[in-house]
Order: sequence, then C-alpha cells, then structure tokens
Amino acid sequence: MSCHAGFRDRSYRVGPYHQRSLSLPIFMKRTMSIAKLALEDGTVFVGESFGAEGEVDGEVVFNTSMTGYQEILTDPSYRGQIVTMTYPQIGNYGVNQEDLESSKPHLAGFIVRENSRIASNFRASGDLQAYLREHGIVALAGIDTRALVRRIRIHGAMKGVLSSRDLDDARLIDKAVASPGLVGRDLVREVLPDADLQWDESLDDWAQLHNRPVTERGLHVVALDFGMKWNIPRHLRSQGCRVTVLPGTSTADEVLDRKPDGVFLSNGPGDPEPLDYAIQTIQGVLDKVPVFGICLGHQLLALAGGAKTFKLKFGHRGANQPVLNLLNGRVEITSQNHGFAVEEASLPECFEITHRNLNDDTIAGLRHRTAPAFSVQYHPEASAGPHDSQYLFGQFVESMTACST
Amino acid sequence: MPRRNDIKKILLIGSGPIVIGQACEFDYSGTQACKALREEGYEVVLINSNPATIMTDPNTADRTYIEPLTWEIAAKVIERERPDALLPTLGGQTALNLAMDLQQHGVLEKYGVEMIGADTKVIAKAEEREQFKAAMQKIGLDVCRGETVKTISEARAVLDQIGCPCVVRPSFTMGGSGSAIAYNRGEFDQLVRRGLDQSPVTEVLVEESIIGWKEYEMEVMRDKDDNVVIICAIENFDPCGVHTGDSITVAPAQTLSDKEYQRMRDASLAVIREIGVETGGSNIQFATNPADGRMIVIEMNPRVSRSSALASKATGFPIAKIAAKLAVGYSLHELRNDITRKTTACFEPTIDYVVTKIPRFAFEKFPEADATLTTQMKSVGETMAIGRTFKESFQKALRGLEVGSFGFGCDGRDLWGTDAQPSRDDIRAKLSTPNEERIWYLRYALKGGMTCEEIHGLSAIDPWFLDQLAELVEFEDELGRFGDINDVSDEQLRRAKQLGFSDRQLATLWDSNEMEIRAQRKARGVRAVFKSVDTCAAEFEAYTPYYYSSYEDEDETPPKQDRQRIMILGGGPNRIGQGIEFDYCCCHASFALREMGIESIMVNSNPETVSTDYDTSDLLFFEPLTAEDVLNIYDAIAPDGVIVQFGGQTPLNLARALKTAGVPIIGTSVDTIEDAEDREKFQQLLFELGLKQPANGIAKNMNEANDEAAKVGFPSIVRPSFVLGGRAMEICYDKQQFDRYVAEAFLASLGQPVLIDRFLEDATEVDVDAVSDGEEVVVMGIMEHIEEAGVHSGDSACAIPPYSLPGPVVDEIRRATKAMARRLKVVGLMNVQYAVKRENGAMNVYVLEVNPRASRTVPFVAKATGVPVAKIAAKVMAGAKLAELGVTSEPIPSHVSVKESVFPFRKFVGVDIVLGPEMRSTGEVMGISERFSIAFAKAQLASGLVLPESGRIFISVAARHKDQVVGLAQRLTELGFRLLATGGTARRLGEEGIPVELVKKLAEGHPNLIDHLKNEDVSLILNTPNGKGARTDEGKIRAASVQHGVPCITTIQAAEAAVKAMEAIREEGMNVQSLQERFPSGGDPA
Repeated sequence: MSCHAGFRDRSYRVGPYHQRSLSLPIFMKRTMSIAKLALEDGTVFVGESFGAEGEVDGEVVFNTSMTGYQEILTDPSYRGQIVTMTYPQIGNYGVNQEDLESSKPHLAGFIVRENSRIASNFRASGDLQAYLREHGIVALAGIDTRALVRRIRIHGAMKGVLSSRDLDDARLIDKAVASPGLVGRDLVREVLPDADLQWDESLDDWAQLHNRPVTERGLHVVALDFGMKWNIPRHLRSQGCRVTVLPGTSTADEVLDRKPDGVFLSNGPGDPEPLDYAIQTIQGVLDKVPVFGICLGHQLLALAGGAKTFKLKFGHRGANQPVLNLLNGRVEITSQNHGFAVEEASLPECFEITHRNLNDDTIAGLRHRTAPAFSVQYHPEASAGPHDSQYLFGQFVESMTACST
Repeated sequence: MPRRNDIKKILLIGSGPIVIGQACEFDYSGTQACKALREEGYEVVLINSNPATIMTDPNTADRTYIEPLTWEIAAKVIERERPDALLPTLGGQTALNLAMDLQQHGVLEKYGVEMIGADTKVIAKAEEREQFKAAMQKIGLDVCRGETVKTISEARAVLDQIGCPCVVRPSFTMGGSGSAIAYNRGEFDQLVRRGLDQSPVTEVLVEESIIGWKEYEMEVMRDKDDNVVIICAIENFDPCGVHTGDSITVAPAQTLSDKEYQRMRDASLAVIREIGVETGGSNIQFATNPADGRMIVIEMNPRVSRSSALASKATGFPIAKIAAKLAVGYSLHELRNDITRKTTACFEPTIDYVVTKIPRFAFEKFPEADATLTTQMKSVGETMAIGRTFKESFQKALRGLEVGSFGFGCDGRDLWGTDAQPSRDDIRAKLSTPNEERIWYLRYALKGGMTCEEIHGLSAIDPWFLDQLAELVEFEDELGRFGDINDVSDEQLRRAKQLGFSDRQLATLWDSNEMEIRAQRKARGVRAVFKSVDTCAAEFEAYTPYYYSSYEDEDETPPKQDRQRIMILGGGPNRIGQGIEFDYCCCHASFALREMGIESIMVNSNPETVSTDYDTSDLLFFEPLTAEDVLNIYDAIAPDGVIVQFGGQTPLNLARALKTAGVPIIGTSVDTIEDAEDREKFQQLLFELGLKQPANGIAKNMNEANDEAAKVGFPSIVRPSFVLGGRAMEICYDKQQFDRYVAEAFLASLGQPVLIDRFLEDATEVDVDAVSDGEEVVVMGIMEHIEEAGVHSGDSACAIPPYSLPGPVVDEIRRATKAMARRLKVVGLMNVQYAVKRENGAMNVYVLEVNPRASRTVPFVAKATGVPVAKIAAKVMAGAKLAELGVTSEPIPSHVSVKESVFPFRKFVGVDIVLGPEMRSTGEVMGISERFSIAFAKAQLASGLVLPESGRIFISVAARHKDQVVGLAQRLTELGFRLLATGGTARRLGEEGIPVELVKKLAEGHPNLIDHLKNEDVSLILNTPNGKGARTDEGKIRAASVQHGVPCITTIQAAEAAVKAMEAIREEGMNVQSLQERFPSGGDPA
C-alpha cells in the first residue's frame, strides 16, 4: 500500500481568503467590516462581521460543543437566537452536503472567537463564511467570547442585537431592550414545514460507526414537525420505520387518519407554553398510539399531561451534558439544546421521571404511567453530539411493536 | 457503587527513574492516586526507586519503599505488607510490566493480592498485538495489517505480504522503544533483529505503514457501572510516522467534523469495553486517512499515560485521581468535579481555548545518534501552552520550550535573512523527513514563498495547521513593514499579541528591545489578561484557580486576599540536566508557603509535573517561563515575593531581568547568585576564606583561551558559562584536544565567556547541600561520588554519608561550606562541589563550584536523611529562621543511601556510553541499606544494571588501571566468575596467576567480544576507557553491550563498588524497609 501516493493526490478545499494575494495585510485583506453585539444590559462587543451584512435581534445564548457547528447552524430549534460558540476556532473543517439538520440555517446570528480562513476536510464542499453569506446569516468574530459567555452565565440569557449596519451603541442597546425575546412567542410557526412528506433518508455512513442495512419493520411513524432536526427521521428510517412528517400544527384527527403505529413529537424552537394546538393534538393521540418526544416534544408531552414548564437561567446547549438514566443507573453523555424545562413541582401523578440532568438535577426524561408515551429533554439523535442515547429509538420501536401486536 | 470496604491496604507501583518515554507524569499520577486513596481511608503502600519524586515523600503514602522495581524485591514488600490489592495502572509501563511479572511468578496468588483497575488478562489483551488485533476485528474496527513474529524468517514472510515501507515494533517495550520504519529490505532485517533483541519476550510486530495519516489520541475513562467518558481528544500536528511523544500535539482535535469525531468516540467506547479495562483511564490512538477518512485503531494503553497527564492539564480534569477512586469501586457520577464543585465527574470536559504541546529533544548530547524522528520516542521533555487560538498557544509553546526562541521565529534567532539561510532543497529535505528542526523549516518554507499545498505535499501536515502558520508569517511580514512601534495602530498591536507574538519578536521586527516594547504596549493599554481553565467553557463557576494568559477583554484573576502572596517560578520542560528534581523543589516550596499561611502561586509550563497539578498551589499559572510572561503575571497578581532558586537554571536566567523590572526576589540575592558564577569575584572570596580551587582561567575569545590554557596546564576542563548539565564541557589532555573543544564551547556559550579549569585527575568528588537563613548554616547532606572527578556530578553515583573519606576531610568540607554560605549571605539552598585529591601524602580539598540555589541532589538528600530540605529552605526564604524551625544540626542517617544515574543509551543506538563531564543521564534511582555495598547493589539493580551471580565477566581496562584491576579480578574469581580479557589485560592477569580466557580484539577477527555478546555468554563487562567515541574499538564494545543488554561498568571506582556489592549480596542478600520505619518521627522538623 502506498500511503504517500494517496496523500499527494488528495485535494483539499480552500476558502476565499486563501486564494487571495498573500501580500495584503490580514486586516486590510479582511476589509475589516465591523459588526457589533449589544446586549439588553448595555454591554457592547465590537468585532469583525464575517457573515452576511445586516442586523438581527434575538436571545443571546451559548453552545459548548467543540464540533458540530454546521449541525447547530441548521438546527431549527435555534430560531430567534444568536448563538455563541464557546470553542474559539470554528470553521476548521468547512461545511459539507451531509451534515445538515435542515435545509438552511435558522438561527438569528452566529458568534465565534475566530473563523478559519480555510476548510480542511476531505468531506468539505465549501467554507463556513461563504455558507453564512449565502444564507444571509449575520455573524461576528474576534470578540472575547468567554467574557460574553460568563456574562450570560452570571446574568442569564439576554436579548441582544447583532448588527453590521448600525454601529451606534446607544441605538443598538435600545433595540436589544425592545427585542421581543422568546417567552410567550410561537416560533414554531416560523420553521414549520408547509406540507406533509414521506421521509426516505436513513443515517449515512458518517453518522454511525458501523453501517447497518435497514430492515423494514412495517411500522408507520407520524412525526409531528415543530422544527425537526433531520437526524431524527433518519434514525427512525434506520430503525426500519416508514416515516410520515406532518406539520406541527396538524390536529389529532389528521395524525390518526394516517394510521400511525406511533407518533413522534419533534424538537423545535422557543417557549412550549403558547403552542396550544400542539398540546391539543398530543392529548388527542395519547393513549391511542405510542408517543415519543424529544426536547420541545418532551415539554409538549408534559404540558399535555398537565405539567408546567419554566425558563432556565441560560439553558443547556452543548454535547457534554451528563444525564442519569434512573431506570438502569447508567449515565449518558447527551447533546442538549433547550432554554425551557419541565417544572418538577408541577408534574402530575401520571408521569414518572426516568432521566435527570446531573449538572442541575432538572428533569431530563419522562414516562407516562398509563399511556405508552415517553420523552427526553435531550437529543438522542445527537448530531452534533455523542451517540450514547440512541437506544431510545429502539425503545420507541419496541413500544410500537408491543402495541401493534 | 460506593467505595469497596473489603480492601484496606493497597499497593501502588511507581514508574522508577525518569527515562525517555516515562517522565514526571507518573509522579504526577502516582501522587494524585496516593492522595485520592488515602482521602478515602485506605492504607497505601508505595514502591518506587526514584527518590526525586513527590510520591516517595514520606507523607504521600503510608508506607514508602524506595527499592528496585523488580518482582523479587516487590515480592519482599508484599510479604512484609500483605496488601489486599495492587493498583498497577498509575505507574506507566514499568508498573504494568512489574505487575505482570508478579502475577506470572505467582506472588499475587500466594499472598492473595487482587489486581484492581486492570488485571493481567486485560493488560495482555491490550498489549499483545495479536490479541489486540483479534479484539479489534471482533468489534469491527480496522487495524493496521501485519503480524507478530518471533524470528527473522517469519518476519520476511510478513514483509512479502505487506511490502515496504513498513513498521517494525518490538513487543512490551516502553515509549514505543525500538519501533522504526523500514524503507527497504536491508533496513528491515536490521530492525527486526534489533527489535527481537529489545523485546523482553523476543517478539516484534511487522505492520503496514500509515505514514502521513492523521493521528489522534482519545483519553477515555470507564467505571464499574460501564459508564464511559472521553476526557480529551488530541490531534497530532505531525502526521503518523512520528511517535506521539515526539509529535507536536494539539487539544482538542481541530480538523474532525462532529460526525468523524463521534465515530472515533464510538470506537473508543467499543475498544475500552472490549479490552475490558474495568475502571480507570486509557489512551487509545487512532489514525485516519486524510483522503477518505478511513479510521484505524493504532494502539491502546490500558493505564494512565503521558497523554493522560497532558489531557488532565489541558482540560483541568484530574484523570489519575479519578482513576484511583474508580478502582476502589466508585462510579463516575458519584465523584465530584473539583473545579465546578457542583457538577459530577461523569461528564466530558469542553474547553474554550487551544492547547499545544511541543516536545523537547536533547540530540546535542548525543551527536552520534540518528536525529530523525520515528515511531521510537526520542524526546526528553515537553512544554505545553494554552492560548485562545492555536496561533497564540503555538507561539507560547515555542517560547516555553526554552531553546532560545521567542515564538515562531522572527526573534533574532532564526536563519532566515542570514548568510546561513537554507536553500529550497535544504528546506524540502527537512520538511519531508520528520526531525527536531522541521518546525523552523516550515517557517523558512513559508518565508520562501512555498504554498501550503506544496508544504503539505512534502510533510503531510494538515493544511489547517499550515494555514495557521502561514497566517503568522503573513502577519509578521505585515508588521515588519512598519519601521517603529509608533507607526502601528493599537488595534494592530493588540492583534499581534493575540496571535501570540512576544515582545521579543516585536522588538526584533522594530529594532527595539523587549522592555521598551513592553513599556510602550502597556502604556497603550495592550495588556495580558488571565482566563481560567474550568473544564466547562465557563458554563459553571470554577473554584480551582488555574489560569493562562491571553489578550482578551476580561481578566479573571482573583483579587489579592488579606495575606502574603509568593510566586514560585518552575523549571519548564524536562531536559537533561534539569528535570524532576527541580519540580520536586518547587512543589516543596509551595507546600512550605501554604503551611506558613502564605498564598502560593506556581508558574510553570511542563504538563508532566506535580507542580502543574491544580491543587499543588493556591494559584497555578500555566505559562512559558520568559521574562515577558512572568512579568505579565506579576503585573496581574502583585506577589510580595518571587522564588527563583528552586526551578533550576530556567528562573535563574530570568532573575536579573525580573529584578531590574522591580520584582521582589526573595532569598539569596540576585547579586550573590551572579557573584558565585563570576570567576574573579569567586576567586577573591575563596582567597579571603583560605580555600583552594583548581588553577583556572576565563576567556572571551580564542586568543584569551590559548593564554589561559598555557597558565592552567593540562589536563584541563573546558566549558561554557551559564549553562546547566555540563553542555559542551570536555576534559582536554593536550593542546590539540583543547583547540577542538574550546571552539565548541564558544559556540554553545552564546556570547558568554568560556571557563578553563585545571582537571584534578583521580580526585574524589563531593557534593554538599546546605541551607542557610543568612546567619545560621546547616549542612544537609554530604555526598561522596563513586566515580572520579571529571564525570559530571549529575551522571555519577554518590553516597550519603561519605563511605571512604576520612573524618577530618569531611569536617573541612563542612567548615568550608558554612564559611562560604555565610560570606555569600545565602538565604535558602546552596550546593557546593568539591574535589578531594591526595597530593604528597595529604588530602587536599578543592572547591570546584558553588551554586547558591536548589541543586539536583536536594530530593536525594531529603530521602536519605528524612529531612525535607527544600521545604525548610523555602520557609527560610519566606522569613523563618532555622532555629525556629528546629533545624539546628546536620542530619546524619544511620543507614547508607546510594544514588545512581540512568541513561537513555538504549534509545540512541551506537552511541558511546562512556561517562564524561557532559551530563547525559535522564534520571536517577536510589538504593538504601545498612551497608554501603548493599545500597550500591540496590541502586545498580534499580537502574537496570543487574549484577550477575555467575557467568563470564569481560575485563578490559586502561593502562593506568591495570594494577587496580588485578585485585578485583582475584575477588571475582573467588566469587566463582570466569574471566575474559583481551591482549594486555589478559597478559597482566595471567602474570598474577589469575585464570583468564583470551578474547580477540575486534580488529583481530573472530571470535571477539561482540560474538560473545551475541551468543549471550557474557554477563558483565568492566571496561575503563583509553579513548572515547563510537568509532573506537572500545566504543563499539560499549555500544554493543547496550544493544545486547549486558551491564557495562566504565569506571574503576564503580567496578570496585560493584565487586564489593556482589560479595555483600552473596553474604546476606537484599532486604527491604520503608522510609517510615527508617524515619519514625516522620522526619519533618519543618
């Protein structure tokens, strides 16, 4: 085997900076377009605009994953949020056609310490900067992201404005204060699919260590899409289920008309409480077919069962969150992305807590005592994040199999 | 599951002396383990032969055996202590191998000792290639194609299948020792033979080459409940083909997408489960093909490793401590994350900075060695740096390396733009073959306009890393266009600092000086801030104060409390001449300060060490030890005092600059430290005190050197000033030798003068360590060297108390030491080297050198006497008086302690092993006994030199030793040994009536000694050199002895001691005793 030959043949893709003349100074070459982030508490961060030009407002949050920025960008749950990556060097491996969690980025804005000038990875089809610009995402680089994260941790998630157009601090702070925030808003309607569809894609080779052929099980899952990450239906397909995706606004009758063996409740953005339509739908299907919810789906299931949700100080966003499975005593390292959680004190008798977040003891998983329904606050579909909790898809399949026989 | 109550006493095995591949990291892990287990109420028994460790301090374990790490000796410890369990996974490969030996010899079974953490089955499955490969195939993971073979013909059969280049890797060796890449059949045969020879089980692996693939390491932890977490992913800057210990490595992984990372994580979990490591940490190495992502498992270490020490320091997660607690039954989630206090240890650290580790080499000490980097580790130390970006951490790491560079070139030290600027061909050659200098040639390539694609083609280094370096060079070029710092905007200046440029580099660009640049940038508000290492990227509040500098907005250093703050400067990366001994001293300084209620602040850049453990000091700054970086910390925390005398030469080299900048240096003054190095001032002082020194001179150029040589006479010793470890130091017997060596000394001295001393032949060298509080002086240890003066003090064996010096001579040494300490107003430690020479019937004492600072021997003295010398010194420096501390008289132990040095010759094939004035040892061991000869035998055994009980001994001595050797030969014959000798020696022994077998000299044909070595019928070689060098007959014999693992003694004094030792072992054998029994009072008056 000749490794050297393989090497020299290898091509890697470079970003636009790399192709420019190297004689220009970096700061001139960047033509240093400035962007600013203003927080509602009056803090202003000044850095470099490296995405699209524009101005956005939203809730400023942080994610502690060291990899997976493309999955994070395309996760619809970030709707209405300006996401800061705590890992300082982002863009290193570029972007590709496979690591997408939806068709486009949904977040309001993106903040990194440093964006890579080149994309170095055999799977890369482009670089991060071009991708952000193509999708109109305003992005900020070069600020002390750790200082920003500490501010959020200490004072809680904050409303903010990210702008490369208006650089007047006072005006920006006013806009940040005036930004609507997330509480009480229905952001799901902004990311819903227009129509239903059959989902055919299964997990690709890179999403798992060993690629296993799909064995059809003859089970039909209706997935209610509130801003669903694509890796969820991919998992369901890989489990051998037929998957129909319906908009999260669908009614219980519309769902049951499809004769599902199980109903899946997806993740999605924002506050679950205003989503009356979803809660009603869930109440309509609960006890009729097995139900499995993830993240927002978990919160909606809890609300449908009579629990309440509350807003966390700054949320859980990252790929290293330990969750204790109370049923078997094992710890799962999980991927999380949520700003709201189910309030334990409000939890009705019908629910049993199955999982807990070990960092703050909040509820991470629930099981309905009488109906075949369970849910987790975290993301077993990973992407980005560890695969420890994938067994939950198998559990859903078992539950459907048990009910259909 | 909670802690196990069925075990009470746990045996822990240390890793022995510092060698290439096994350094301070195992003192760090072992010390953490001892603390963790005792915290849980277990009784800990420790066995380790290395006295220079914190783990062998009498209060680290309950019972501490400083004894040789052989199964026979360990069995004696087990017989005495009857531990319930053995924890073998925290003392490196040495501990694993020893545990396997104990198991194989039935010792564990006999005494009912349970192996915890990993048992022999697991160890064998992880380490025996065939078993490992089968295990990987079982779980569907790819491995390199290849096979393990036991003979050269089997090896050739494998080669026919896989072809060249291929890797030849001996089984069960440390640090990948003996591994290499064969590019042709000739090389292949040679490597297989050597590998079979070096493997303790005569086995090598022949494997497909994955040179140029990307290499990663995963640090994994598992508990009894099968919870598994990844602590850190490390990406190697140098692609496969270079041992990971010799690679520049970066944490976290930089160029893996989440999908690829998670696959590697899945594979890691599968590996640790399949191998069956029950609890604790493991290190798994992966390679990926950059063209298509194909991932293979390279290997797994079922124990904590150098990489886990690095991962601990890189993330803040204490792997060894947690591993120890998991071994006694805890689950990960039952343990707390010390840093956040609120969250559990069952999580995966996430970091918001970039960590770069760069290895430090010592090829200058082994000019005959092959300096190409291969899969066999050759580096002797490493430095780590933390920055907010790779560029910042990389430049910091380069200046932390302490090789005279202050970043990625541009510091007045590189060849670019000079007459010696390398040609494009030179550059291409240096890029395509991995070597120590490749990093500088990457810079030259970029400066010379090579594209990253081209450089990638030659080096296979990932384009992302290359682009980072390109960005540095581009920015440097841009800054270089400004004539002056005043032309540069504040923003550009800040950006330069954010990219890791040092003030020294900026000064080079703008023809200024470091302090001027510093003053100007500070005036313009460009100041370092300090960020904390918190395992969680600021998601939770951190309580453990562990910091690194960066040029960001927010500073996180804690405000000064209502107590004194003292900063200790550490020793930086290990190198030959400066290693764990100084880290030991720095740790003790920190312990002393804490005991006094003073806030202790550690500054160091060596990730292997105990000093960089986050709970050794009140505050830890992981920073390069340069004036700029230290002053930045000083500005941020305003300490009341700074200790520079404990970290070896590194902080001493900064002392003047720090003092000039107004830093309060405590203890012996900087003036005194410099005066002791100033030849003329020192001569004057000795004259006033009525002390003698050998004739000497000092020369600033060749002309002066010639004049001085004439005055001093021959033999003389030539050496550069202000270097440690006898770098470029040589003994010259005539003018011709002198001319050659003096030129080298001028090169090594970097502009400082060269020192010329009369060499006292056949003198006995003596080392003395003393502590002074400025008024009182207490001698702590007088060490008589076993080898004659002329062998570097760091390389020679020595004994406490002196074993042959007459009482009056020792008294005179004591008196002289005290007189000098008083005159120099030493506050803290002082080390003096003397030579005692019999002249005209009298014993004359000469002062060779005085160093008013911690010496390499301090930990040995502490272990030999039971007195914590370094701690006492630190307290004295912080203002205590010796009398208050109860330290009033010299501790004189009732037993004998012998220190022996350990050398890296096995790693540098073909190098002559003769000892000389240039230090080449990497570590030390200690033997303790009531009798000198047994203590010496133990020290030899611990150093790996097994004195034989029977067989044939080859004797070949220099003409001047012919008389002395007769008596030794007689005694060896009486012990039942058969003697072999060549011409002259054989004739002389024959004349004395001693039976001896004549062996041909190499030039005389066969069978010669090397044939005997190959036939394995020689058990010891006594060879004192006439000449030196790998090319001489003797040199070849000595090099062959290393290759064939036959002990070789090269000085007549050591031969004498060895014979005595063999006689003594015959009489009574070796017994073991713990330090706590030897020093029942705990030996801690401080």
